[in-house]
Amino acid sequence: MAVTYRAAVIDKVGLDALIRALAARGRTVIGPTVRDGAIVLAEVTGGADLPYGWGVAHEAGRYRLAPRRDGAAFAHSAGPQSWKSFLHPQRERQWSADRDADGSVVFSAESGPSPSYAFLGVRPCDLRAIAVQDRVLSGGRYPDPAYRRRRERAFVVAAECTEPGATCFCVSMDSGPAAGPGYDLALTEVIDSAGHRFLVRAGTEEGESLLGEVPSRPADTATQDAAHASVAAAADRMGRTMPQVDLQVLMRETLTAARWEDVASRCLTCGNCTMVCPTCFCTTAEDVTDLTGDHTERWRRWESCFDLEFTHLPGGPVRATGLSRYRQWATHKLGTWYDQFGSSGCVGCGRCIVWCPVGIDITEEAHALARERDGGVAAGSAPEAP
Amino acid sequence: MTALMTGTLPLPYRVVRTADETPDTAGIVLEPSGTPLPEFCPGQFAMVYAFGAGDIPLSVSAVDGHRLTLTVRSVGAVSGALRNAAAGSTVGVRGPFGTGWDVPADGDVLIVAGGIGLAPLRPVVRRVLAARERYGQVAVLIGARGPRDLLRPGETREWQEAGARVLTTVDRPAQGWSGDVGVVTMLLDRAAVAPAGTAAFVCGPEVMIRATARELVHRSVPAERIQVSLERTMHCGTGHCGHCQLGPLLLCLAGPVVPWDRARPLLSVREL
Ligand SMILES: Cc1cc2nc3c(=O)[nH]c(=O)nc-3n(C[C@H](O)[C@H](O)[C@H](O)COP(=O)(O)OP(=O)(O)OC[C@H]3O[C@@H](n4cnc5c(N)ncnc54)[C@H](O)[C@@H]3O)c2cc1C
Ligand code: SF4
Ligand code: SF4
Ligand code: FES
Repeated sequence: MAVTYRAAVIDKVGLDALIRALAARGRTVIGPTVRDGAIVLAEVTGGADLPYGWGVAHEAGRYRLAPRRDGAAFAHSAGPQSWKSFLHPQRERQWSADRDADGSVVFSAESGPSPSYAFLGVRPCDLRAIAVQDRVLSGGRYPDPAYRRRRERAFVVAAECTEPGATCFCVSMDSGPAAGPGYDLALTEVIDSAGHRFLVRAGTEEGESLLGEVPSRPADTATQDAAHASVAAAADRMGRTMPQVDLQVLMRETLTAARWEDVASRCLTCGNCTMVCPTCFCTTAEDVTDLTGDHTERWRRWESCFDLEFTHLPGGPVRATGLSRYRQWATHKLGTWYDQFGSSGCVGCGRCIVWCPVGIDITEEAHALARERDGGVAAGSAPEAP
Repeated sequence: MTALMTGTLPLPYRVVRTADETPDTAGIVLEPSGTPLPEFCPGQFAMVYAFGAGDIPLSVSAVDGHRLTLTVRSVGAVSGALRNAAAGSTVGVRGPFGTGWDVPADGDVLIVAGGIGLAPLRPVVRRVLAARERYGQVAVLIGARGPRDLLRPGETREWQEAGARVLTTVDRPAQGWSGDVGVVTMLLDRAAVAPAGTAAFVCGPEVMIRATARELVHRSVPAERIQVSLERTMHCGTGHCGHCQLGPLLLCLAGPVVPWDRARPLLSVREL
């Protein structure tokens, strides 16, 4: 029988207490904060660090903070970073090698202590993105030990979506706006005449025990109903949709579509979309040698499939054109990810749309590909996506 | 979980000896300095690290117990350092990685190699010739740029004596070359294998692989019985870096050896 954990209601004081209780357990609490004109994930030490009263207004290629009268803490959709910055850091040492006078070499695995994070305010789409990266980095034949350590030690407080953004499409990707599995605690922010409060549901034993440490009251029907209603309403207010077709098949069947030329003529191959995407995992190896020449280190850092070097072979790059690189990105996200890892590589968070300097929109491209395949409409003459 | 199991930490291997095979290619024999890696199968590859320079994928050319033989062609920084590695020096090795050749227990066998592509095919030839009586026709077709670029001519003569039909061709002949001149696909008609009952193994530059597989299909060798070994950029070998993708395949896991019925539709899309 499935275990059901407790649900409770906390207020802003309770949320502050939750952050402090997590810190008291030795965790580094990371949550949304307002910094440099954006919602930035950073260490929080109390409720006062949270972005109460800030939302975001964004569109393809645009992002700005917008004050909110209701004072909500979690009414902003995905910002420029995602949790992969913490679980799958941008740059990480994997091992070092030391050469002795006699020429023998000792390889030492990285063995530093692993951080113990608590992530506060994880969106349902991002919760799914973490599960997607789990499959890639620790679900296969060679689990990455450093990733797995960080992941096992992370405590996740999800925040359900009540305020989707203009570029969100988690409903199309079946990843939100309600939180799926994988959280220790899930919050739903409720603001109405009865006050500003959070419905909290525990998903694990540790979540339940933490909830016991903060001032709370039993979940009442009015709060539960209001929470469910606003999450349900959010599902009807998605800013974007994907075409209602099998995207894996669509990607497979449109590899030579004319639409790729159209999008390639706009794409700058800057790789922003891959950097902000919460599931993109690609890395490159970098070797650093010290001045003695006898100590070297292997670093792994994020790399983008938009880099020409990404497919470097002695005879030249495999994907020399921007067309093939954008196509690699989109078809991986929406199609071949299923073949490789059994799920979509896109969770519908909308970040790639917002942070594309020329506003390329993966949903619009998918609609155009579907139209070209199904209706034979040539690229360029295609009407805008709905 | 040990770091060994994860495939990220190299193990030290000592260079036992090296031998020049062609002006730019050397054979190097490695022995574990301490703990050995699990045994490699023909067609699998190792990530081999030259101190301070980096690591690159190299197929195993022979496996004798824990001893590994590699064949390295110098084309850049890391391969250059490994090609010139001195006996007694230490390199780092990770692996075994990837899916290797599926060698049948009987029937006709056709091996087609272009240039350095012979290296990963050597263990197939050796395995088949070690049980020669079980097989029908065994043909090894080898193409190289010039006579000086032929790997181990001595060994290919031994294969001939052990019952393989070995045919060799070069793009550019030199003084004294009396063999064939032209692309390796030219030799297919003289392989004398029965198409329907043949298992074909192909490795070399991608243009050569495409041309050979196409010709074989044209001669009625079933596409699923043609195995090709493909080259893509590889940094991790463990399915984590994303570089080796060929459409749905992560070639470090699902390859480098791929049956042609799987590879053909993917390679037919430009720059996939
Ligand atoms: C499965 C497989 C088996 C191979 N087997 C052999 C073999 O048995 N013998 C042989 O001589 N060659 C083999 N190769 C090719 C060999 O790996 C490349 O020639 C080598 O990587 C070139 O690296 P470089 O640093 O010398 O060259 P450069 O072109 O100077 O490369 C510069 C950098 O690019 C990167 N790079 C280049 N090519 C690759 C690559 N394929 N994968 C990852 N990174 C790369 C490396 O970081 C390298 O340091 C194999 C390749 C693959 C994929
Ligand atoms: S592809 Fe775009 S919308 Fe999909 S998960 Fe990545 S950043 Fe989010
Ligand atoms: S889309 Fe590109 S960068 Fe992202 S995971 Fe796929 S190959 Fe890597
Ligand atoms: S070599 Fe890194 S994923 Fe295949």
